[in-house]
Amino acid sequence: MRSSVRAVLVSLGLLTVLAGLVYPLLILGLAQAFFPEQADGSLVRRDGRIIGSTLIGQQFDDARYFWGRPSATVPTPYNAAASSGTNLAPSNPQLAKDVAARCTALAKAHGNSAAPIPLDLVTASGSGLDPHVTVAAMLYQVDRVAAARGIDPSAVRALVERHIESPALGFLGQRRVNVLAVNLALDAY
Amino acid sequence: MISVSEYLAFIAALTAMVQPLGSYLAKVFAYESTFLDRLVAPVERVIVRLVGPAAQRPMKWHEYFLAFVWFGIAGAALVFLILKLQDLLPFYGLLGKDVLSTPMTDDLAANTAISFATTTTWQAYGGETTMSYFSQIVALASQNFLAGAAGLAVGIAFIRGIATDGGGVLGNFWRDVTRAMLWVLLPLSIPGALILVWQGVPMNLHAYTTATSLQGAPQLIAQGPVAALEFIKNLGTNGGGFFNANGAHPYENPTALSNFVEMLTIVLLPAALCYTFGAMTGQRRHGWLLYGVMTLLFAFGLVGVHWAESAGNPALMRAAAPRTFAVGDAAWTGNTEGKEVRFGTVGTTLAVVATSNGATGSTAAMPDSLSPLGGGIAFFNMLLGEVTYGGLGTGLISMILAALLAVFIGALMIGRAPAYLGNQIGVAEMKLIAVYMLIAGMVILPLTALAVMTAAGRAGLTTNGGPHGLTSIAFAYTSSFANNGQSFGGLSANSAFYNYTTSVAMLAGRFLLTLPALALAGTFAEQRRRGITSGSLPTDTGLFAVLLIAMVLLVAGLNFLPLLCLGPVAEHMMLWF
Repeated sequence: MRSSVRAVLVSLGLLTVLAGLVYPLLILGLAQAFFPEQADGSLVRRDGRIIGSTLIGQQFDDARYFWGRPSATVPTPYNAAASSGTNLAPSNPQLAKDVAARCTALAKAHGNSAAPIPLDLVTASGSGLDPHVTVAAMLYQVDRVAAARGIDPSAVRALVERHIESPALGFLGQRRVNVLAVNLALDAY
Repeated sequence: MISVSEYLAFIAALTAMVQPLGSYLAKVFAYESTFLDRLVAPVERVIVRLVGPAAQRPMKWHEYFLAFVWFGIAGAALVFLILKLQDLLPFYGLLGKDVLSTPMTDDLAANTAISFATTTTWQAYGGETTMSYFSQIVALASQNFLAGAAGLAVGIAFIRGIATDGGGVLGNFWRDVTRAMLWVLLPLSIPGALILVWQGVPMNLHAYTTATSLQGAPQLIAQGPVAALEFIKNLGTNGGGFFNANGAHPYENPTALSNFVEMLTIVLLPAALCYTFGAMTGQRRHGWLLYGVMTLLFAFGLVGVHWAESAGNPALMRAAAPRTFAVGDAAWTGNTEGKEVRFGTVGTTLAVVATSNGATGSTAAMPDSLSPLGGGIAFFNMLLGEVTYGGLGTGLISMILAALLAVFIGALMIGRAPAYLGNQIGVAEMKLIAVYMLIAGMVILPLTALAVMTAAGRAGLTTNGGPHGLTSIAFAYTSSFANNGQSFGGLSANSAFYNYTTSVAMLAGRFLLTLPALALAGTFAEQRRRGITSGSLPTDTGLFAVLLIAMVLLVAGLNFLPLLCLGPVAEHMMLWF
């Protein structure tokens, strides 16, 4: 009995130290040494100020910027300190209602465009922080952004196309565009 | 075309690693020398000496089982203590109670402690609003290692029971756990975590970053030592995320490549154990057959989920009419709600199938928003007993139990004495197999009924109702029992009712299932193994594979078909017809 108690306590204690202290500190040291940018959250700076992270989406609703996907985080969209999806079931009437309202608002913001709507622009992401949209979602917005900025639409379209990210290794994931990266490039245009 | 290549690459990569890793595991647990000995053998000697005499002698099955239980209970107690005291421990002040706003109630702490000590890692909380970095790493990440190692040890003990030719001993739990840590989990996790950091998973001890967005609004971005948890959460088939959105969060799963790696990590060791089993019993063809059956079931899941998620959501098309949704190469069609653009339908499908089969809750999309049948397949995979690769150590046990049933029924059909790899299946063994098969239904169904019948249970349905509401409740207990941990997040599960009832399911899934499994291994270990003769039912043929798949489907079907009809199937009918 006594040897069993000792075995439980000693093994739990030693292995916890190994896995809960030694291992994370080792990874911390190696990560900070070899990949400091990523280890600190892939932050983006402009003029010395942190304006976000390349991996984390942010809220855009100004006509001069490309918009990302709807975000379900509370209390505000793209709250990167409380990630969340809507958790709405596909059969939940609230989901259909929300999507219909977003479709209407989106078309209205784009000169009552009758163009087919990119689904990702009207459905919320899983994390509420999705930094990407599809190429179709960017192209849908080109004319609006160009008009708001007084730039030639073909220049904006070229800018978007330069930012298309291809599937990793040619087959992992889908073609996509990082919204923040394009908006940063727009500001610098 | 692109979709098929991601799936095929996944299965090819896994298959390529099964033999090297499987034979390595066999060596490690036969105490044979490996290339890591020079590094870790001295550490093992120190640990074994400090653990004392209990680590020196081989154990009978009941001693092994008790050590496994006590190790789990002590681990849970340690986690409970750390969580309840987290505001007094280091790093709490770094984030403060305004950020960590979820109250650490007794029931939440108990649920989380049991959850992580049983590899379930069911989470009734959101990580970034609840846990200090100290809790995340010292309590939770370390249990990812320890509970995973304990599961692997039990799996190995079970294999030894079948492989042993008399004597009745299954090995030493303390030594097996130590070896699982030093030779398997820690060495794989060091390069693994660094690959994830390279892809973008943070590893720092900073307070949350305050950024000013391009539009001038403040954005508080959660940080933390994410990579130290992220890799082992998958390798140990745990799955509890650092953040609320878990594998969908860009900091946990930043790229399609990280998703591929993380999903491969989930199934890696459980799949390799098939080869280990074949090597330790001297029946390599049978080991490959188990792997083949698992992979076939996995592929069925991929086809089903891919089809269901690609089909889109007719309710949205109706609601948006007369407007239509974009199609074509540049657009994303299908059921996009709750999914991330970087993974698309294919990466998400891979994650849904890998996590639901692999006893790991690290979903890359919100399960609640999956199509009824896509989520239904995830649900069904867990109800099958997670025989497809499954939990680390425990998945192989589930598959072998199904194989034992297949041998018994197959042998009776052709009038032969049932024997499995030379172990006789008599009345005592058959009783244990039957008990094992019945436990899932006897835990999941009454708990689901209890929740549906009581106001406290129905109070959880704050987001979705109808058939989907029933699915989300049953899914919660199934996930807990299967030690999986993924959830339909719309169920408000952080209440005393759900925290305690899911704890019961988690404990039953971990310990109640292991009891008959290890008892069975113990009786097999007592037996002298007889030679496999022409009178035995061959267990390495295509015919046996078919019989095995039939048994797996039959047992789950008999138990749970009504539940599946009332939940996912009914919702699918409502949506489409």
